[in-house]
Amino acid sequence: MLPLRAAPARKESLMFDLESDKITKRFGTFTAVKDVSFEVPSGSFFSILGPSGCGKTTLMRIIAGFETPSEGDIRIKGKSVLGSAPNKRNVKMVFQHLALFPMMNIGENIAYGLKCRGENRTDIKRKVTAVLDRIGLPGVEEKHVSQLSGGQKQRVAIARCMVLEPDVLLLDEPLGALDLKLREHMKIELKQLQHQFDTTFLYITHDQSEALVMSDNVAVMNAGRFEQIGPPEELYNAPKSAFVAGFVGDSNRFSGKVSAISGGEARITLANGQEVLAGIDDKALFLGAKVDVFVRPEAIFITRREKAAADSPQTLLKGVVDSLLFNGANSRVLVRLEDSSLVEVDHRIGQGEDRFNKGEAVLLGWEMHAGQCFAAKG
Amino acid sequence: MLRNDATKLSLILLMTPFILWIVLLIILPQLGIGYLSLREKLGPNDYKFGFANYVDFLQEPIYWNTLLRTAWMSILVTILSLFVGFPIAYYIAKIARRRSRAALFLLCLIPLWVSDLVRAFGWIVLLRETGIISGALQSVGLIEGPVELLYNDVTVVIGLIYTVVLFMIVPLVSTLDGMDNSLLEAGYNLGGSRFTVFRMIVVPYAMPGIVAGCIITFMLTAGSYLTPILLGGKNSMWFTEQIYDQFITRYNWEAGSTFGVLLLVFTSFVVWLGLRLTGQNLASTVAKD
Repeated sequence: MLPLRAAPARKESLMFDLESDKITKRFGTFTAVKDVSFEVPSGSFFSILGPSGCGKTTLMRIIAGFETPSEGDIRIKGKSVLGSAPNKRNVKMVFQHLALFPMMNIGENIAYGLKCRGENRTDIKRKVTAVLDRIGLPGVEEKHVSQLSGGQKQRVAIARCMVLEPDVLLLDEPLGALDLKLREHMKIELKQLQHQFDTTFLYITHDQSEALVMSDNVAVMNAGRFEQIGPPEELYNAPKSAFVAGFVGDSNRFSGKVSAISGGEARITLANGQEVLAGIDDKALFLGAKVDVFVRPEAIFITRREKAAADSPQTLLKGVVDSLLFNGANSRVLVRLEDSSLVEVDHRIGQGEDRFNKGEAVLLGWEMHAGQCFAAKG
Repeated sequence: MLRNDATKLSLILLMTPFILWIVLLIILPQLGIGYLSLREKLGPNDYKFGFANYVDFLQEPIYWNTLLRTAWMSILVTILSLFVGFPIAYYIAKIARRRSRAALFLLCLIPLWVSDLVRAFGWIVLLRETGIISGALQSVGLIEGPVELLYNDVTVVIGLIYTVVLFMIVPLVSTLDGMDNSLLEAGYNLGGSRFTVFRMIVVPYAMPGIVAGCIITFMLTAGSYLTPILLGGKNSMWFTEQIYDQFITRYNWEAGSTFGVLLLVFTSFVVWLGLRLTGQNLASTVAKD
């Protein structure tokens, strides 16, 4: 390549701590990762979100060097690392079950990487003390791994990596083993740790709330491919595919056929003959195409049938209250439509007038652009 | 109350055979041996209580030299078994695929199908002057005349390793099997070389298995009789041979018992020393966390 052309490209790529360039990984005839490309800007929190078996762990293992990609390139700080062994890459990993060394105490666990680097004793001691202070666990050096709580182990596992000042920290579903309450707490704590260390985090999870809460950018992965990369709000509000719409956040899905298109709006006839409105982005959709419409529970209005204005501009679906799902601020009403499918609607379950009762006839509606329309699969 | 009684009864039923076994087959015979060893023979049916048998042992260099030699060779066999067994165990537990694991393990067990004696004779068939190896080497032309490969220390050590290495492999496989692969990966990920990961992660993790394997192997070797006698011949100078001689050939039960006690005490001492030197203790080996 001509040096003149290479120079600006290199400069540009320096902004990214981690780049994946068309990574493909095949195991025999099975392709685990297909043509995945992404860049992670320095100091950002990047998540890969996908159901189990979607290839996200394989991708992470490729980045860490435990697997070799069949095609493509991984660059860290602009330099390809495919030629370097796992122990030569400045990418550290927090394992799913943390993999703290059970035969070492906390201090030795953290010092392990520094020892491997051949740093001297006084430096190691100073750095271990410093990193334990930073994670808020001063003086636990002598403790045994089993003496720490789940959340503390988590922090030690992160400290063990961060003490080595990696370019990128990989986290492989580290919250999976924790109980719900602690998980909620650790989400916030992880985000704070990332700010504090100001290091690029690459986080892998199947839990969409973890990804949405913590990340600057999220990539949604499905069957080895990236479906969409973007900030959490974008994934939530403007999903680009049916998979993203269904996987990120809660959604109600309605299947039907396109019966009219005008501009960015479509009218869709459902199987039971009712019509719904939805925004439409996909240019490939045509009249009569089979589509799925996704609507967020919080975008749906619910009214008693007798009170509804006859000339309401929104989509209106008839239904009967099936059950009330009380969960504080996230309470929902489950409505059974005429074709006996169930729809979840966000509704603050209140008292008296405001309260819907089981069996009540209701109408559901949403603003046209709250519905998102994608071609149905198969 | 009823439930309590049932628990008690089942405990008693479970413990009885165990206690009978311990008391009748281990403690009582050992007490008998210990008692015999303290009996000095003055004349026919004339005995006196004392330590003369132990003094005799110390005064006769051939006896304690044999004991030291047995201990030293057993330590050598133990260490070599560890070196031979560890890679095998590591391969079975960590590298082999799940399906081939059982088959490999079974292959290790196959020698146990054949009795000790027959296996030792198998070695003799291979190694004697007119044996297969000597014959093969002659027909290839590597050596002129027949060679005697039996009756030397190397053969005894090899034969013993062959007999005991399985008992090294089994505990090693079971400890290594419990090691999560992510520990190894974390070791590499944090910058460790193959050697560092092996030294700082694999070996410390496998330590309980190593200690258990070494104790079993050492005790089996030091107490073995057939292999050293058959492969080492009359000059194998194995301590169990001395015990056999005292009991059977010379009909000196007192001296034989003394040797038996000494073998037990001495090997226990070696095990204790080994544990001290490697900073392990028996409790952590037997019951891991």
